[in-house]
Amino acid sequence: MDITFENVSYTYQRNTPFEHKALEDLSFHIKSGSFVAIVGHTGSGKSTLISHLNGLSIPTDGKVKVGKYLLTHDEKPGDLKELRSKVGVVFQYPEHQLFEETIEKDIGFGPENFGVSESEIKERTHEALSAVGLSETLLDRSPFDLSGGQMRRVAIAGVLAIKPDILVLDEPTAGLDPRGQKEIMDMFYRLHQEQSLTTVLVTHSMEDALKYADHVIILNKGKKYLEGTPEDVFVQKDALKQVQLDVPEIVQFIASFNHKFNTSIPFSNQSTEQLAKQIKQALIGDELE
Amino acid sequence: MNNSLIIGQYVPGNSIVHRLDPRTKITIIFFFVFIVFFANNLPSYAILVAFAFASMFASKVPIRFILKGLTPVWFLIIFTFLLHLFVTKEGTLVFDLWIFKFYSGGVIRGIAIAIRFFLLILVTSLLTLTTTPIEITDAIEDMLGPLKKIKFPVHELALMMSISLRFIPTLMQETDKISRAQASRGVDFRTGPIKDRIKAVIPLLVPLFVSAFKRAEELAMAMEARGYQGGEGRSKLRELKIEKMDIFVYIIFIVVIILLFVTRTYG
Repeated sequence: MDITFENVSYTYQRNTPFEHKALEDLSFHIKSGSFVAIVGHTGSGKSTLISHLNGLSIPTDGKVKVGKYLLTHDEKPGDLKELRSKVGVVFQYPEHQLFEETIEKDIGFGPENFGVSESEIKERTHEALSAVGLSETLLDRSPFDLSGGQMRRVAIAGVLAIKPDILVLDEPTAGLDPRGQKEIMDMFYRLHQEQSLTTVLVTHSMEDALKYADHVIILNKGKKYLEGTPEDVFVQKDALKQVQLDVPEIVQFIASFNHKFNTSIPFSNQSTEQLAKQIKQALIGDELE
Repeated sequence: MNNSLIIGQYVPGNSIVHRLDPRTKITIIFFFVFIVFFANNLPSYAILVAFAFASMFASKVPIRFILKGLTPVWFLIIFTFLLHLFVTKEGTLVFDLWIFKFYSGGVIRGIAIAIRFFLLILVTSLLTLTTTPIEITDAIEDMLGPLKKIKFPVHELALMMSISLRFIPTLMQETDKISRAQASRGVDFRTGPIKDRIKAVIPLLVPLFVSAFKRAEELAMAMEARGYQGGEGRSKLRELKIEKMDIFVYIIFIVVIILLFVTRTYG
């Protein structure tokens, strides 16, 4: 499903002394099937943006279009539930939403609300559990017996079981150890490709944005600051620095390497292996000439 | 989140009312609540209304905001007014239609009660609008100080109060967060039959309790780690101090009381 924002603004507690503009005149388009990273500093409006994707917030001005669903201040679709069955949201610290007695029930909670049949729920539960890499022997255990990382996986499985077309991830790896972070992100990327999902990843990790996204939107103070492919966005070091964001490590490295060795290796979102080859070529190639 | 109920919602500012010592504000409001019931004629009500409005203007809290916050209690005010209107059978008959018989005494009493109500709510909400919860607890702890002599746990009580006040917004945020997460999983909190809506509360309450207990445990640990051992010998970060302004306000208030009693007797 395509996602379109047209001049969207959102104001918290309008007409009170606590009025706060979270989004201002925001416009962008996300193509169906793409992996988009939304990057910004704390308080840049990332989380508010996400809540517009499944109708938790309705824009105070402007239009949000998700697939065939239109959200504006004056009209919201009669069936928000239908929209929510198509947009799965993994919130920050999703393990805080666990509540059922058993893991099986908790994963099946979403599909059950959306009226999926019992046998289908069972099937989806098993599928989702293996997708997040948990053993089926856990199904009858209480989610509160698990470790933090496992709880997070159960919560994610609960969202996957809804079988959404759009997967929204709000800093899904916050608070995990480096290995857990990589595992979870690789899993999302695999699902994105296997099920041709549209994925929206909110993060402040430039590394993740660079590694997985094919489109990057940078927010600052509720406004769109930069937008484009990772190759275009992440080389703009000065612009990023102005909003307290760093360029990814590899970009930083290429820049200092080029400066020090007087080479001109371009940044093209290459892997470290490719970069190693390019460096070898640049250095040895020079010697041979 | 409920945006219309302002009791307990602090509006930051630097007006005279904001800067008054919280003990002054509490004392004045305490006595104001009493003297409101002594007003018995037009001039005495005028004095009270003038005092309440003067405080309201001095606080510089937007009037629109105060009035909006009063919306939940308008019903109560109107209800008591109507009650008096229908029930009181004093004075002359001013209106007679079918079973409705309004007497002048009822009209006057109804208006008087409505004004009293309005004044009470206005003044008390002014306290919470201009005073942070922490200031209020500090003031209450200080004012209850003498009770320590009879082994009343004043400090613990104040601490409990400030911790609960401190965690109200946190828990509200948490509730908001969890209800959003569950709504995304298809829970419908707003529509559907009552039975379903009550059931929808469970996915909200369980995580909320879990996190509240976790927070309590963490807080207790953090307090102990920083050497908290109860109120004995603990110094204060914010010392309460009575300034010239407080004395000035007390004098004004005493004048208001004297005027009230004079008009009440001779008015």
